[in-house]
Amino acid sequence: MSKTLLTVGTRKGAFILESVDRRDWTLRGPYCEGWPVYHAIYDEPTGSIYAAAASEWHGSTIWRSSDLGETWEQSSEGLTYGDEDGRKISKASTLARAGDRLLVGVEAPGIFESRDNGQTWSLLSTLSGQHGSEAWDDPANQPPGHLGISGFVTDAGDSDKFFAVVQGIGAFETEDGGSSWVPRNKGLRRDWPADYEDVGFCVHKLVRSSSPDRMYQQNHVGMHRSDDGGKSWTEITEGLPGDFGFAAAVHPHDTETFYVVPVDGGHGRTMHDGKATVWRTRDAGSSWAPMRAGLPQEDAHLGVLRQGMTIDKHDVPGVYFGTSTGQVYASADEGETWTEIASYLPSISSVDVAIVG
Amino acid sequence: MLEVRLPGTLTPLFPGLPRRLEIEAASVLAAIDELEQRWPGLRDRLVAEGPSLRNHIHVYVDGERAALDTRVAERSRLDVIAAISGG
Repeated sequence: MSKTLLTVGTRKGAFILESVDRRDWTLRGPYCEGWPVYHAIYDEPTGSIYAAAASEWHGSTIWRSSDLGETWEQSSEGLTYGDEDGRKISKASTLARAGDRLLVGVEAPGIFESRDNGQTWSLLSTLSGQHGSEAWDDPANQPPGHLGISGFVTDAGDSDKFFAVVQGIGAFETEDGGSSWVPRNKGLRRDWPADYEDVGFCVHKLVRSSSPDRMYQQNHVGMHRSDDGGKSWTEITEGLPGDFGFAAAVHPHDTETFYVVPVDGGHGRTMHDGKATVWRTRDAGSSWAPMRAGLPQEDAHLGVLRQGMTIDKHDVPGVYFGTSTGQVYASADEGETWTEIASYLPSISSVDVAIVG
Repeated sequence: MLEVRLPGTLTPLFPGLPRRLEIEAASVLAAIDELEQRWPGLRDRLVAEGPSLRNHIHVYVDGERAALDTRVAERSRLDVIAAISGG
């Protein structure tokens, strides 16, 4: 019997939630020895779970489990800029599968790859040569949280094509497996001066629909949609309570349906008015509707980070998000109604979902 | 022989790694490299690019704060401490 598996990355280790009916959930963990886990994913080709982690004491590593979390190993062999470069890895931020390669994005900005399922790593790219990239590591340019590679979007049909997001800089696409990169930020809004036309954007979350050309993104300033595979973007914020947020998810079977969690753009970065709300568009951003049934509507100052929301691939997809205060909410009906399926986890960095078995 | 004492945060990562052991080495870095030979990956948990000790890893040789290039004498005691902090 298949089950739905959530891998949850938290400030104090990884956790797993699983269910055969998406109503009753079982929680397991913590795993990864309580290390801060920034992104935990289920990797379909290998059936393994991978977790990008960074300890304040022991550095960055990638944990892996080939038995759905029962046992774990970790390796950072090769996950280094070397002793001569002067750059240091402060955090392993995000993971993705691209063909026979596992990708990890790190701070300072760089992409490492593993071709042996996480046992060893090698530097793939630092996106050097992009406008301003020589200053990405300048401490004077570091925002809180530092610059790094914060996300990937891969292409199911071509493992050499994928996007990488550089925090505070923008989205970039490679079509040759990471040898060369093209900025994909045309049309994005930015409310600040910048030295270059093609970079200097703050992409928080990038997602691709089931149609390769239709993409969405939650930006520091506005929700945006692309109908040409990221080559150009149109803002679709109107109708939302704010333009700021981190999390986003796209419906696996309907390219017009997209979910976001707007949060206050100031220092608080929690949901507006203390009302927990996921917003959904059914028409590619022309209009938005709040999804609140089952979510707390009073004094609920919840935050959701960029890897904190996901959607499964069931015929009627389930939507899931984890909060900065340790709750996981699930909807088995495309966001119409919600249930709290974990209440007291550490602060959540990521939620990923898979159908296994 | 050098007496090495390691933090408890390392032992779950490397099967068979004891908290206390004796090895032969002439410097702090050589001691860590000797441990790396026996438990591959251990060096990376203590040493960052540079090489330098990771920010919150402190090493003491016979009670004195040490760096990677600190020399150690035979029968020295080397304490590796994961700085007490966090929450």
